Amino acid sequence: MGDTNLDVSRLTIREAGDLLASGACSAVDLTDALLRRIQDVDSNIHAYVSLDADFALQQARAADEARAQGKSGPLLGIPIGVKDLLNVAGQPCTCSSHILEGYTAPYDATVIARLREAGAVFVGRTNMDEFAMGSSTENSAYMVTRNPVDLERVPGGSSGGSAAALAAGEAIATLGTDTGGSIRQPAAFCGCVGLKPTYGRVSRYGLTAFASSLDQIGPMTHTVEDAAILLQAMAGLDTMDSTTLDVPVPDYRAALQHDLKGMRLGLPKEYFVDGMDDAVRASILQAVDTCRALGAEIVDVSLPHTEYSIAVYYIIATAEASANLARFDGVRYGRRVSPGNDPVEMYGATREAGFGAEVKRRIILGTYVLSSGYYDAYYLRAQKVRRLILQDFENAFATCDALLAPATPTPAFRVGENTGDPLKMYLSDVFTATANLAGICAMSVPSFSTSEGLPVGLQILGPALGETQILRVGHAFEQRKKAVA
Amino acid sequence: MVYETTIGLEVHVQLKTRTKMFCGCATGYGEAPNTLVCPVCLGYPGAMPVMNREAIGLTVVSGLMLGCDIAHWSKFDRKSYFYPDMPKNYQISQYDKPLCLGGGVKIDLEDGTEKTIGLTRIHLEEDVGKNTHFGASSGVDFNRAGHPLMEIVTEPDLSSPEEAYAFLQALKQILLYAGVSDCNLEEGNMRCDVNVSMRPVGQQELGTKAELKNLNTFKGVFHALQYEQERQAALLDRGERVVQETRRWDPDRGETSSMRTKEDAHDYRYFPEPDLLPVVLEDAQIDAWRKALPEAPRERRARFVQTYGLPAYDAGVLVAEREVADFFEEAVRAGGNTKAVSNWIMTDVLRVLSEKGVGILALPLTAASLGALTKLVEDGAVNMTGAKEIFAVLANKGGDPARLLDELGLAQVSDTGALEKMVDEAISANPKSVADYRNGKAAAAQYLMGQVMRLSRGKANPPMVLEMLKQKLDQ
Repeated sequence: MGDTNLDVSRLTIREAGDLLASGACSAVDLTDALLRRIQDVDSNIHAYVSLDADFALQQARAADEARAQGKSGPLLGIPIGVKDLLNVAGQPCTCSSHILEGYTAPYDATVIARLREAGAVFVGRTNMDEFAMGSSTENSAYMVTRNPVDLERVPGGSSGGSAAALAAGEAIATLGTDTGGSIRQPAAFCGCVGLKPTYGRVSRYGLTAFASSLDQIGPMTHTVEDAAILLQAMAGLDTMDSTTLDVPVPDYRAALQHDLKGMRLGLPKEYFVDGMDDAVRASILQAVDTCRALGAEIVDVSLPHTEYSIAVYYIIATAEASANLARFDGVRYGRRVSPGNDPVEMYGATREAGFGAEVKRRIILGTYVLSSGYYDAYYLRAQKVRRLILQDFENAFATCDALLAPATPTPAFRVGENTGDPLKMYLSDVFTATANLAGICAMSVPSFSTSEGLPVGLQILGPALGETQILRVGHAFEQRKKAVA
Repeated sequence: MVYETTIGLEVHVQLKTRTKMFCGCATGYGEAPNTLVCPVCLGYPGAMPVMNREAIGLTVVSGLMLGCDIAHWSKFDRKSYFYPDMPKNYQISQYDKPLCLGGGVKIDLEDGTEKTIGLTRIHLEEDVGKNTHFGASSGVDFNRAGHPLMEIVTEPDLSSPEEAYAFLQALKQILLYAGVSDCNLEEGNMRCDVNVSMRPVGQQELGTKAELKNLNTFKGVFHALQYEQERQAALLDRGERVVQETRRWDPDRGETSSMRTKEDAHDYRYFPEPDLLPVVLEDAQIDAWRKALPEAPRERRARFVQTYGLPAYDAGVLVAEREVADFFEEAVRAGGNTKAVSNWIMTDVLRVLSEKGVGILALPLTAASLGALTKLVEDGAVNMTGAKEIFAVLANKGGDPARLLDELGLAQVSDTGALEKMVDEAISANPKSVADYRNGKAAAAQYLMGQVMRLSRGKANPPMVLEMLKQKLDQ
């Protein structure tokens, strides 16, 4: 046994699972083939910050043994790339930051523990914007990840490594995190599927927090069905995360259908604004037509407070980040720079050397908006507007099963194009941050590419706990698109 | 000039929970450094807090004992400041929605009147670690980090070091009664920050305050306040300003010194803790806690005076510790003589406890046996001398007083024939004393009495002996 010519570059979880179940290949073959693929292509892509080949092969062997003893399951022996801010016991977890250089995670994140139990193989750590702060993965302290579709372009971010690994065929599935679009935007830029679950659907325990009230872990995959499989294994109540929802997890794969009959989908007019990229607009409108052809009723809706979302997002996210990142001080773990005996000097030197410019910028912003005398004007006000944004969605979902929108205003931009202009970079989250602020679920599914061949992401937004609806829409659209292609 | 002092206290109390405030680590004192820790209480990346419901319950019970209003909706906030003993560099605390509001503690003033010290609020937070300095380097022990800590804030109602001391004693007593904390000062279970200011008598607005930190004993609070009163009064007398600042109390030097002024005060940048849900308490739950509350020490003292006819002082001694008061009532219920049980506890029992350095529950002596012992005395079965002997055995080994009476041969001799024989023997053996007595030296009778007791090996019934002696000597 052992197919040394196993092509893993477009392999889905579902297909790999079938190969493993049928005995056509072993988990060791699969992991080995993937590691070789990474070795072949990653020097051009830089999707992975670190690999753990020995550990992965050991896990794969264990999966094969478990299968020999009768264990089965859709993730048994499936290699998965993990964004470098999720704790996997015994592996590094740098968050693509110098400040966590040398840190080894002492425990498993809840999602990791669940995937480990399901037999998944943790093959390596994917690159990201430092502490998930960025929209291009250019803020990684270690390397700039390239978009495999066009190496001159960014893969998006912050989960750029996870998206690029899929697009480059060096991952079967990956995990990302999404605070303001960090799963959906890179998925859109790289042409893969990325799902941000409802806030509280997936445990955040073990996710190195950026903005605690916005962060969610989600699947990044080649297909919508794979996203359903991966989400199924991660979702559900966790006693270690008080914000997880005590609601049963439905069978996501069972929700997948080939048409959209009886579904009403809304088009929020605020997501089709003047000045947006024509190719993106054309692609999304074509996707809308496809959904209509699949039987969906398309209606216009309005989310009037959308225009405030970026401002609200950057107040709340930075405020929470300023506290969340305070723990990186050189006292207990990670990097320490200690010029003298004074702890205050040590904090300053450690954080000065350990954090990159964007992280510092956001810590300062967050510290400012929480400062005495400014709290009411910024943080409190932002929380009020946040409630209005949620109300917008609740009104829309009172009449719609899901909403269709672009995931991003433009296709992938060029490396270096936005690095000098933070505000322009922040605006690439304009269509995604709203879902985080409202705590609802949303997914980016590859829409029709631009004439240049650049991927465009169709964003499907659903109400809280509406994962089944968005998966159904995404799957039907994806299947129809594949059929016509 | 004559000044009046205004004092407010912030008392931190470690709650007696099995596990820490936000993780499953055991609470403990004196363990090897950094052995009671986990990713949560060490502030590791990705770790998240989970609320300890037991700590919420103990705080609400404290609030109910102290007459607070219990919040039906309360929340936690992050309080940000950098310090090496603080794992996350923010402390999870409560800012604008604490668990308890209002309430008060009654204290007795020297003039015999009662004063109520108002409470502003009680909130719940997590304790920090402990820094140790080794000369060239420093270490942090995080065993204490995350221990549930209740902060009780008073109104500025205290007007002297004596009142502050009395308040802390009364508060400690109530918290011990409530069973919410061990209140062990040596182990840092109770720690105090003090705000103190002075103003000329008659002035409306308060003077500029100083905040005193590092007060780990009630005596420390008392002495620091005395020092601060003198310091501030001297400043004001000289026409100088009191600077608003935080001062450190140095118990060895017996003085306070400036730590930081208002200008470098922290901006804690409070905001709601997004990792925790609000605390919602239903009336039914609060009522259940209320119904299970123990009687407060002050009410118990009043009841002891009323029900048992004890002097207020005695009642105060008995109720000082809940277990002692329970012991007293159980002994009385077991048929003990009220006044006698009270006397035994206040003298012999408390002496033995302090000699042995244990609590009353650790003593072999039971409430029922003490009650029975007082009954034996009351019934004349044993005199006090014998009773003390029995008590000594009970205190060391325990046992049944009636059986000990037999075993030790301590039964009081009240048989007239036997007593007469001993009285006669004493009279004939001590002619000088007899002569002295008859010459008007009444004290000689006491000596003769002692001789009879000696002959009876302490068992003679003293009143009967005295009666008999007088009869014979006066013949």
